[in-house]
Amino acid sequence: MNETIRELLGRVGGLPVPVTELTDEADLYAAGLSSFASVQVMLAIEEAFDIEFPDSLLNRKSFASIKAIEETVAQIIKSREAA
Amino acid sequence: MDMQTSFLDRLFDAGLLIDTGVDGLYGRSGQFEEVIAAFERLIDKVGGGDGAEAMRFPPGMNRAFFEQSGYMKSFPQLAGTVHSFCGGELDHMSLLKCMEVGEEDWTKDQKATDIVLTPAACYPLYPTVARRGKLPAGGALFDLQSYCFRHEPSKDPARQQLFRMREYICMGTEQHVTDFRQSWMDRGVEMMKAVGLDVTIDVANDPFFGRAGKMMVNNQRDQNLKFELLIPITSPSNPTACMSFNYHQDSFGLKWGLNLEDGSVAHTACVGFGLERIALALFHTHGLDVKDWPESVRATLWG
Repeated sequence: MNETIRELLGRVGGLPVPVTELTDEADLYAAGLSSFASVQVMLAIEEAFDIEFPDSLLNRKSFASIKAIEETVAQIIKSREAA
Repeated sequence: MDMQTSFLDRLFDAGLLIDTGVDGLYGRSGQFEEVIAAFERLIDKVGGGDGAEAMRFPPGMNRAFFEQSGYMKSFPQLAGTVHSFCGGELDHMSLLKCMEVGEEDWTKDQKATDIVLTPAACYPLYPTVARRGKLPAGGALFDLQSYCFRHEPSKDPARQQLFRMREYICMGTEQHVTDFRQSWMDRGVEMMKAVGLDVTIDVANDPFFGRAGKMMVNNQRDQNLKFELLIPITSPSNPTACMSFNYHQDSFGLKWGLNLEDGSVAHTACVGFGLERIALALFHTHGLDVKDWPESVRATLWG
C-alpha cells in the first residue's frame, strides 16, 4: 500500500520534491502539497484502492503525511470489511 | 406561501426591486440605491482612515486571469462567461433563421470572448498588483467595489445572480493580514449594531463544487479561513451572510507571484460587504419605507 500511495503522490501530488526524499512521517503540506493537489491525491487513491472516503475523513489530517494516508485508507478498508 | 417568495413579492410590490422575469436578476429603485449609497458612505467613514488605494473595475474580467485564478477548479457551477456572435453574413442569416424558428438553440455557435463576468470584486486585483512588482515591506491595502456574477438562480432575494460586493483587500505578512481581518470582524459587528441589525459571526466555507469540494470545505473550516457575519433576512433559523472575512494564507501570493520587499511570499486577506444583502437586511428589519426607520438608524446612515 505504501508503494502505491507514494506512486500516486508522485504522479498527482504536484510536489516540488521527489517523493523518495520524503519519510513516511514527513509533513506533506510543508513539503508543498496544495489543497487542490490533496483532492487529486484523494481521488486517485479512491480509484486505486476501489474505496470511497466518507465525508468525516475528507480533511487535512487524513493527508498530512504518507503514514496518515496509509492509516486512513486502512481504516476505510477495515470498516468496509466489518460492514 | 413560503417566506422567501413573500419577501421578494413585498419588495416587488413596494417597487424596491424590479422584476425582470429572471430569478436573481432585478432592477433596483432609487430608494434601494440610496440605502446602498448611504451604507457605502458608512463603510468609507469606518475604513477611510486606513489609507486604502481605491480601484474600480467593470463587472467583467480578463478571461486569461480568470483561468489562472483556478476559479473553474473550485466553482465551475457559478461562473459566467461572455460569448458573442463572431461569424460572417451567412452565419448571421442562419442565426436569424434559427431564432425565428426557435427549435434549435441559437446560442450554440456563439464564441467565447476574452471577458468573463467577475465572480468576486477582488479577482481583477491580484494580477494588477503583481504586475507592479514587489509590495512594500509594510504591505498594501486596496478598496474595491464591483457588480459580481454567480450563476445560482433563486427566489431568495438575498441570493441574486448579479449583485455588488464592496471589498477591502490586505496584502502583507501573516500577522499583518490576520490582524486586518480581525479588526474588520470587530468593526463589522459595531457597524451593524449602529444600524440596528442583529448579527452573529460564525466560521464558514465557500460553496466548493462536488465531492472533491467537500474536502476543500473541511480544510477551509478546520483552518478557520473564512468567517461570515450573519443577519436573519428570509429565514430566522438560517441567517444570511452579509459580510465575509477571508484569509487566503499565501495561496494567492504564490499563485500570482505577490512578494514583499524582502522576497517573502505575501499573505492576503479580504473583507467583503454584500451590499444588496445589507440593504435587504435593513428593509426586512426596519420596514420597506426608510421614512419609518428608527431615528438612530437614519442618523447613522444619513446624519
